[in-house]
Amino acid sequence: MEGPKIYGYILGLPLTETLVNTWIVMAIILVMCYLLTRNMKKVPGKAQVIAETIVTVMDNLVAQTMGKDKMGFAPYMLALIMFLAISNTAGIYGLRSPTADLNCTVALALMTFFMTQFFGLKAKGLGGYLKGYLEPMPFLLPINIIGELANPVSLSFRLFGNMLGGLIIMGLLYSALTGFMFFAVAIPIPFHFYFDIFSGLLQSFIFTMLSMVFISMAMD
Amino acid sequence: MIGDANIVDFLLQFLNQFDGIDVIKAFSAVGAGLAMIAGIGPGIGQGFAAGKGAEAVGIRPAAQSDVIRTMLLGAAVAETTGIYGLIVALILLFANPFL
Repeated sequence: MEGPKIYGYILGLPLTETLVNTWIVMAIILVMCYLLTRNMKKVPGKAQVIAETIVTVMDNLVAQTMGKDKMGFAPYMLALIMFLAISNTAGIYGLRSPTADLNCTVALALMTFFMTQFFGLKAKGLGGYLKGYLEPMPFLLPINIIGELANPVSLSFRLFGNMLGGLIIMGLLYSALTGFMFFAVAIPIPFHFYFDIFSGLLQSFIFTMLSMVFISMAMD
Repeated sequence: MIGDANIVDFLLQFLNQFDGIDVIKAFSAVGAGLAMIAGIGPGIGQGFAAGKGAEAVGIRPAAQSDVIRTMLLGAAVAETTGIYGLIVALILLFANPFL
């Protein structure tokens, strides 16, 4: 088991496999956006129906979880869940999943963390925001601060641990099956289905869901 | 009769015949296995959540999608401690700080 490969250095910054695979995922999302939304019409075609369904489902989820007054977060949450869904299932295309790298998941979790703090501050005002740390009792201040800082840690480690665990188990399985030509094709299929598709989509849903819950909890 | 001191002496003598690095590697592998005992907790917790979820669906089948969503969220949060154990095991195996 080894970490993401380093292909080279650009201006002293390492160009890792994670970075390249993230670009591939971004390219897939851009192509999807282009293919699904070109020549939009009043009477939708097949592609437009798919795009409208995705947007409607996400809008309903945001309205249900965060409330009707926070619909402005729906585009960000849809972008987040699309990125996570495609990068978590990257294992079935033979790519190393970008989210199996702690750098990627910490970046995503920090985005949620700063959004939580910023929108909490904006919605409650400075006094209400600071008072939130003194509830329910003033002497619980250190515990509240630790609890706030633990959110991005648990968020990033949950995604990272799940994805890397799946990657390691798949790697062990493939290394155990080398030499058995037929079995090496047939046996990994259910494992791919569980670790890449089921676990990957579930984790992307959970990450997005928890981001929504944290942000809406900070705001009201 | 073997006293405690004798057992410690014997263990130290036994370990001294190996290279120090090898002993660290061996105990790291044992530690990784022990760290994964943390998997028991999330197993019990998620099973409990799933049981309660099934109960709730049985009582109100109409609310099935809401129940399943809440259950998955709770199960994912309960999983966190197990994931911490997994990460400790992975660090011991692949990024050992003692070597």
